[in-house]
Amino acid sequence: MKSRSPWRIAYRRLRSNRVALAALGLFVAIVVFVLAAPLWANEVAHTGPNATHTVEKITVDGERRDVVSPDGTPIGPVWLGADGRFFLGADGRLGRDEMVRLMYGGRTSLFIGLAAALITTLLAVGLGLLAGYFRGWTDAVISRLLDVIWAFPVILLGIALGTALAVGGLQIGPLSISSGSIWIPILIIGFVYTPYMARPIRGEVLALREKEFVEAAVAQGAGPLRVMFGELLPNLWSTIIVFFTLNIANNMLLEAALSFLGAGVQPPNSSWGTMISGGYELIYSAPLLTIIPGVMILLTVLSLNVFGDGLRDALDPKSKVELEAHAGTFEPEEEPV
Amino acid sequence: MARFAVRRLAGMVLVLFAISVIVFLIFNVIPNSDPAQRIAGKNATPQLVANVTEEWGFDEPLPGQYLTTMKLIFTGQLVSYSSQLNVDEQIWEGVPATLSLCIGAAVLWMSFGILFGYLSAVKAGRLTDRALTVLALVGISMPVFWLAAILLYYLTFKVQLFPSGGYVPLTENPLDWAYHLVLPWITLAVLFVGFYSRVLRSNMLDAMNEDYVRTARAKGLGERRVRVRHVLRNSLIPIVTLFGLDFGAVVGGGAILVESIFNLGGVGQYAAESIANLDLPPIMAVTLFGAFFVVLFNTLVDIAYAYLDPRIRLGTSAQ
Repeated sequence: MKSRSPWRIAYRRLRSNRVALAALGLFVAIVVFVLAAPLWANEVAHTGPNATHTVEKITVDGERRDVVSPDGTPIGPVWLGADGRFFLGADGRLGRDEMVRLMYGGRTSLFIGLAAALITTLLAVGLGLLAGYFRGWTDAVISRLLDVIWAFPVILLGIALGTALAVGGLQIGPLSISSGSIWIPILIIGFVYTPYMARPIRGEVLALREKEFVEAAVAQGAGPLRVMFGELLPNLWSTIIVFFTLNIANNMLLEAALSFLGAGVQPPNSSWGTMISGGYELIYSAPLLTIIPGVMILLTVLSLNVFGDGLRDALDPKSKVELEAHAGTFEPEEEPV
Repeated sequence: MARFAVRRLAGMVLVLFAISVIVFLIFNVIPNSDPAQRIAGKNATPQLVANVTEEWGFDEPLPGQYLTTMKLIFTGQLVSYSSQLNVDEQIWEGVPATLSLCIGAAVLWMSFGILFGYLSAVKAGRLTDRALTVLALVGISMPVFWLAAILLYYLTFKVQLFPSGGYVPLTENPLDWAYHLVLPWITLAVLFVGFYSRVLRSNMLDAMNEDYVRTARAKGLGERRVRVRHVLRNSLIPIVTLFGLDFGAVVGGGAILVESIFNLGGVGQYAAESIANLDLPPIMAVTLFGAFFVVLFNTLVDIAYAYLDPRIRLGTSAQ
């Protein structure tokens, strides 16, 4: 009989989950959409995300129209009426091309979501492995530290850090990040969500550490590093992958919230969050400027949440990994007796 | 029991102390500039900067500075540097609006979360379940402030069903109070309804395979009674935990976006306005205020658990 690796079984299970596959398809489509930004900007719209067209006129279906009307209302979607220029209209008084901004803004949002998820994962896996493997005071120090970060409402901690760092940027030794850099929201979001992932991983390591295969490795003379990365880490992958996917979704929501409050992405960079915040000022005259970037966030986050659920079911149908979009997940931990 | 409670409360004080130190560090060490300069404002004279340095104790070593700042907060003397208003008073002024918003939303999200979760689990795999699952997923995938903005646009501007924001004190006019809060309540509740109904659904489905449920059925209890009295009741425990923590987080500033968009004038909106002005003292005070509520509810949940489950108060979790 042919043996199947657990990964193969998971893959087969995932392949038969049509909803999860559709969600993955949607996510890939969104990624392709934002990656095509320069193509659309150069070949179709002939403008950049920050280029202003305040006093220009364009020809829509043979008719001359202001990009921004004298009362300050931007032009609405013209679809292909102007050969692809201002497909979704202009973004406000500055008359920037909304479609181009949507594509470039999506790059920022997705990039922040991914990069922050990577940071969270690295920190959480590192801390979880250390605490779970060494136990004792290492565990005590790490766990208390995580408890303290965990006690902040996520959004307030993000805002506090965002505001403090927006004043003068960040300087740690040779590492220097200017105050307008998108690495500031990335670091903040990555940091803020760390306890939500590190705590369950620590729990899992604590349980795995008691298993015979760890004992066997130690008996063969494997050192701590070897046990942590050679024995424990491979058993954590399924948890890590699921958390990582759901984490990207939550990061994108937090980025949008922080940017909306002015503590996230700083101009001239733009993201879907800053676009909603800019559009909100014109909600009564141009509601689409608020609606469209929000729909993009909704679709992206939804696709990641659905796909993440599918992954979880495929990788471990019995596991109950839950990552919450807000402060307050609590998993009663099982401590080894 | 009393010993456990005392231990947890002592732990709570420690965590709050650690949080206050972290908040202090965030605002006094991370920013790459002279704090006195920032407090005094952009066009401050050197004399003003020197006065501020003196008053806040910025020339002292860090632990001394920490004590000075905390003294200002806890004696109610912390002053905002954009409006010169007393920060503690401003926070207290926002508390009724914040509590009105949070309590109402909590009632909504618990009722609908439990209702939807129960229906979903009972009808697992059928159309009702699928529809509710989709709704729940959409609910947790939406930016809250975006939902608020869309509701505001369609229900107060396009169709003028609701007032476009603002807060009317309950003592002034209870009907107007509720009328102004309907949209904020719904907005804040949506995320939690989605999340709670999903958690409850999976808990109930797990519980349905438990031995005690089989026993209940074997005793000849009706299906409805088994579901409500046995399955639902046992599945609610994690929901109650979540509720304690989420409620703490929402009161402690988590409602910042909903409050700002509906212009409720609560604690969260105060924080949002302070951010816009880079006004650090109020942000610092509100962050501490928020952390206090999270830690408080966290502790209350732990104590409630210990009360309900002796294994926790005597067991290994407190090692």
